[in-house]
Amino acid sequence: MNAMKNIWVICQKELRSYFVSPIAYILLIIYAVIFGFFFWNMVGAFIYYSMESQMRGDMYPMNVNDQIVRQLFGNINVINLLLIPLMSMRLFAEEKRNGTIELLATSPISDGEVILGKWLASVLLYIAMLLITGLNFLFLFKYGNPDWKPMAIACLGVLLQAAALLAIGTFISTLTKNQIIAGAITFAVCLLIFVLGWVGSYDYSTWARVLTYMSTTTHMESFLKGVIDTKDAIYYVSAIFLGLFLTARSLESLRWRA
Amino acid sequence: MIKVSELTKRYARTKAVDNISFEVEKGQIVGFLGPNGAGKTTTMRMLTCFLPPTSGTASVAGFDVLEQPMEVKRRIGYLPEMPPLYQEMRTTEYLMFVGKLKGLSGTDLKQRIETACQRCAITDVKEKLLGKLSKGYRQRVGLAQAILHNPEVLILDEPTAGLDPKQINETRDLIKSLAGDHTIILSTHILSEVEQTCEQVIIINKGKVVATDSVRNLRARGRGAESMLVEVGSRDGSLDTAAVRERLEKVAGVNRVTFKEKRQNGSAFEVESRKGSFTRGDLSRAVVQAGWDLNEMRPASVSLEEIFLQLTQEQSALPAEKPKAKEAAQ
Repeated sequence: MNAMKNIWVICQKELRSYFVSPIAYILLIIYAVIFGFFFWNMVGAFIYYSMESQMRGDMYPMNVNDQIVRQLFGNINVINLLLIPLMSMRLFAEEKRNGTIELLATSPISDGEVILGKWLASVLLYIAMLLITGLNFLFLFKYGNPDWKPMAIACLGVLLQAAALLAIGTFISTLTKNQIIAGAITFAVCLLIFVLGWVGSYDYSTWARVLTYMSTTTHMESFLKGVIDTKDAIYYVSAIFLGLFLTARSLESLRWRA
Repeated sequence: MIKVSELTKRYARTKAVDNISFEVEKGQIVGFLGPNGAGKTTTMRMLTCFLPPTSGTASVAGFDVLEQPMEVKRRIGYLPEMPPLYQEMRTTEYLMFVGKLKGLSGTDLKQRIETACQRCAITDVKEKLLGKLSKGYRQRVGLAQAILHNPEVLILDEPTAGLDPKQINETRDLIKSLAGDHTIILSTHILSEVEQTCEQVIIINKGKVVATDSVRNLRARGRGAESMLVEVGSRDGSLDTAAVRERLEKVAGVNRVTFKEKRQNGSAFEVESRKGSFTRGDLSRAVVQAGWDLNEMRPASVSLEEIFLQLTQEQSALPAEKPKAKEAAQ
């Protein structure tokens, strides 16, 4: 009970500093603009192809879910890659630079509570971004009738993935006082995790399979298809745990080394 | 209240704190004195559970810093060297956040913020952004943060650094007024600060305790004698310093006379006399009767400054004068 309260105190504080500074607004605007463009482009293409196929007399079924929603959620990855380092880089690096980490560390609140509070704040900010994508999808419901269930599942997948990357970003943020370094490393690590799966396309050895398993994109497929695969869900949840666990260890070692 | 025994902190290559021991009674103000890099901050960080000690133990209010850090943290207020402020917060918001971290809530929290603001004289910047405050205000908001939850122990790392003289006085008064209910440890490298605020001093140098004693005892221990500064002049400007010295040395009770410096209107001498012998009258008579002018005569009290320099520079040269420090080292 007390732990929940402490986590919420930290989370509130983090959300405040996201929204008091321009960070949150800039991130939200970037997200809205880029996603808006993806959406507009995708819908435009959809309409063009459906008209063309009608004129040709093709009876290929056109499907909003398959041809717009799924593609779009796949594309969100690109924006994630860009924005997640920006969201997580300040979490601990800034506290270290300002010396406020001393306040947190000498208050009757555990490291775990601090970490969870901070990570939760970044996840909530990400949810705010996803709500913007929701606004775009409202148009699909107005002018078509897409199936909402696969959309919700894809959304869940994207959120899980973001939460995992944010946990890793939180860890990287504890390693340095410099936000830019934290951001750059997080970007590099995220990019690498994204593309690890490439190996699997030509190599079938055990190593290649391990690397493919470690890639987040591999586990996105099922969610994008509208299927909750426990295996993939477990992958993301364990990545979150790993990130937060490393953060805790890093904070602890920070004190021993200091 | 605070008990430190054989505390050591070793960084990769250096020993920042080397086997120090001391105790602080409830309600005392203790000054932690030492040159920069002596290990003051490291010791304080260990007391606040920010750094774990390499070896040795420290306990605050009966709770060990390693075994029960949460209990210790609940009972201390800590002002680090750099006040831990969030630039983008306003003063009240910040104190709200700190209060919640310390487990306060509701009207209790609001009241404490009110009192802390008044005590630290920051009521006029309550709605200002912390990033825009001047150094003095930042320091005082840091202090307000430390006393907010009315902790039993206050640990203040250079609380007056960067303040102007008026603010320094105010802060000292504030710290003094906090004593009694609170046990206070403050670190500083300014000697007059210790003389004015603290009852007890712990002098550390290069990670070791050099002396721990009350301010009064420490000063008395400086030398077993009284010394006097005497300036002697003559109208025509020709003064034979050797003759003056000889004459002054003849005065009863005087041990030693040393020529200090040549001044505009005369020459200054330091006259050391046995303790308890009232030599001033005899000295002044001797000077006047010899036809010289007595321009100035004042007790050259041994300041803490001199003791401090003595202790930190000649650590090994004066073993007999620091029995307590030896005790602590054993």
